[in-house]
Amino acid sequence: MKLINKINRELPEYIDGYGRVKPYDGIRTNLEYKIRKQVSVRCEPSKNKLLESIKEVVEKCGIKNGMTLSFHHHLRNGDYVVNMVMDEIAKNGIKDIKVAISSIFPVHAPLVQHMENGVVTGIYTNYMSGAVAKAVSKGKLHYPAVMHTHGGRARAIECGDLNIDVAFIASPCCDTYGNINGVDGKSACGSLGYAIPDAMYADITVAITDNIVEYPAGSIEISQEYVDYIVHVDAIGDPKGIVSGTTRITNDPVGLKIAKMTAKIIEASGLLKDGFSFQTGAGGTSLAVAAYVKEIMKSKNIKGSFAAGGITGYLVEMFEEGLFKSLFDVQCFDLRAIESYKNNRLHQGMSASMYGNPHNKGCVVNHLDVMILGATEIDIDFNVNVTTGSDGTIMGGSGGHSDTAAGAKLAIVVTQLTRSRLPIIVDKVMTATTPGESVDVLITERGIAVNPRRQDLLEKFRDLNLRVMTIQQLKEIAEGMTGIPEKTEQEEKIVAVVEYRDGTVIDIVRKVR
Amino acid sequence: MNRLRRTMLFIPGNNPGMLQNAGILDADSVILDLEDAVSVTEKDSARILVRNAIKNVDFYGTEILVRINALSTEFGLIDIEEIAKVKPDALLIPKATEEDIETIDAMLSDIELKEGFQNGAVKLFPLIETTYGLENMYGILKKSNRIVGALLGAEDLTADLGIKRTKEGEEISYARSKSASICRACRIDAIDTPFVDINDMDGLIKDTLKAKSIGMTGKAAINPRQVDIIHKAFAPLDEEIEYAKRVLKSAEEAKEQGLGVFSLDGKMIDAPIIARAYNIMEKAKHKGVSV
Repeated sequence: MKLINKINRELPEYIDGYGRVKPYDGIRTNLEYKIRKQVSVRCEPSKNKLLESIKEVVEKCGIKNGMTLSFHHHLRNGDYVVNMVMDEIAKNGIKDIKVAISSIFPVHAPLVQHMENGVVTGIYTNYMSGAVAKAVSKGKLHYPAVMHTHGGRARAIECGDLNIDVAFIASPCCDTYGNINGVDGKSACGSLGYAIPDAMYADITVAITDNIVEYPAGSIEISQEYVDYIVHVDAIGDPKGIVSGTTRITNDPVGLKIAKMTAKIIEASGLLKDGFSFQTGAGGTSLAVAAYVKEIMKSKNIKGSFAAGGITGYLVEMFEEGLFKSLFDVQCFDLRAIESYKNNRLHQGMSASMYGNPHNKGCVVNHLDVMILGATEIDIDFNVNVTTGSDGTIMGGSGGHSDTAAGAKLAIVVTQLTRSRLPIIVDKVMTATTPGESVDVLITERGIAVNPRRQDLLEKFRDLNLRVMTIQQLKEIAEGMTGIPEKTEQEEKIVAVVEYRDGTVIDIVRKVR
Repeated sequence: MNRLRRTMLFIPGNNPGMLQNAGILDADSVILDLEDAVSVTEKDSARILVRNAIKNVDFYGTEILVRINALSTEFGLIDIEEIAKVKPDALLIPKATEEDIETIDAMLSDIELKEGFQNGAVKLFPLIETTYGLENMYGILKKSNRIVGALLGAEDLTADLGIKRTKEGEEISYARSKSASICRACRIDAIDTPFVDINDMDGLIKDTLKAKSIGMTGKAAINPRQVDIIHKAFAPLDEEIEYAKRVLKSAEEAKEQGLGVFSLDGKMIDAPIIARAYNIMEKAKHKGVSV
């Protein structure tokens, strides 16, 4: 039997390798009382947590066929830890491992071979790009990959939907009793927000570090109470791939135009006043939005409350100039952000759960005024795809997209109207990542569309001289430039299940031809 | 009504992406360039591209100029033949002379007749970028009623003079003043030469304010990021707007009382001051000031 979810996606009732499907039913449903999972804790006060090698870790943890191992993505495309652990697992002849990596990057390409050899049969992730994403799209993974949101992953871990047998925490600094931080050492990455639920709820937690220090570590982000074992390796990552030296505002005139329009829309929304809170990504256009918002805040002497999410040097600059009282940092994007996170008490870390888990007692996204989002595609119902490209190949995922869209008072999608000669606005997105119910405004260089649900905003934007129109009209402009692309056909096999932040299924991804 | 031409943004005629986006960059006018931006081997393809862009791309009301190649080159006449057929708002004529303007004016009249366009539909902007052009500017501008503005090209002009072009621009003070004055005498727009360091926004502001202070009415831009800065420089100051509002209000009251001349803050207000106040309020509209 087929199910139809609230955004009219047809879903099977049951998916092999995933289980029974709970169809997406709206952004504010499924919010009754929740139970957090129980965690088994091995208490050995005098235990020496230091192990010699990853081989010894595999033995001590009793890693065996069928287990779920987790990793965080703070080392991004410089990460060595996933590959070194999985190579050891493969060497030991262990099969049928599910890996739960908060995000997967091109550096994780060796996982493809592990998929082909049956070592890795399942993947849970919030975002994937590179060879692994391509291989999953081509159906090389035994079970469908499960795509979470950042907050949804924390939720799944806390409630036991995603049960982690062993969590491997890549640790830029770890003391001899398991106190971890991300700010010291050659592989410093700043906040370790995405790793916190893993450390707290895994059956066994292992710190892998290239910087072991005497007890106690000077700064503690994940504490000794959660860490079972520690192993020292030569390097956990390549600093060049971990953070950018600096993140830069775009020079692209179209990106700047979109950013300028976005700042005007934010101002006209009435939200840009004392106490303003804001989140934006590290992309050039997003940073340009921040730059224009900064100009308005300074000219009107507005003192904001906080900026959140992945933190860039630009947001740090605004914070240090007094435009925000505090920063909530789940991940540092550049060296300046790491420096500030290390030294400024009001530049505060947040776990993935504090950031966006819809099933805790309150997450930071709920207090966001304005969120700036990207899109690969957006449809006339404002549903957004950031998961697959135009040919159906996975090239991303929600990350915090759906979480922040749901939480923010004003969720703005900014995108060029066409990309690579394809229109961005379509009748129906290839893969729905974020439901249109949570998206308020679409801003492109050729016009702005407001979700009809937000008549209040439409009134405010009417006199702005910014080409406000319906999303259908914008779609026609795009198609006038590009023509209507042919539909891409997929095979039947389901290669990924896209979960909304509450664990319901918003869409599925089928195998590319 | 006269068009507002605070910025005229150059767009390379051989870049489809930039041509497609030319109308969204907030410039008052765009100059689709077939001359310096296009190498000799690409002249034909750029001409086709610009022609088709004018036919098919929505420029959202932005004024479209095409800088053709100089008539002294093998491309100039073909540019006019091909481009005038799609009726750009105006042609920008490099190293313009009196003879060039006469020739082009006649050619355009023929093309307009053949295509069924209104006579005079395609306007002209001479580019004043030689010492000859500068010293004979009034005569050049008077050669055609199609001329609605002139653009000072300081790079070629200083090369012609054999002098160094500097950021401070003292060497073009004379040319700027002369251009501004002659354009005003002809009641057309005086467009200043572009500021070529695209990363020096402070320098751009200073340069634009200098041009504005001697009577230039707009400025060419060579990068979209320069557009906002130039608009800001040409926008009237808040205190100018406030004063203009008071002048116009007092003028209304004086009119009701049948007074021709009146005083405000102890100073005599007469027709030129009232005209300037109107002018400031027109420009203020583009700053988002309700009038």
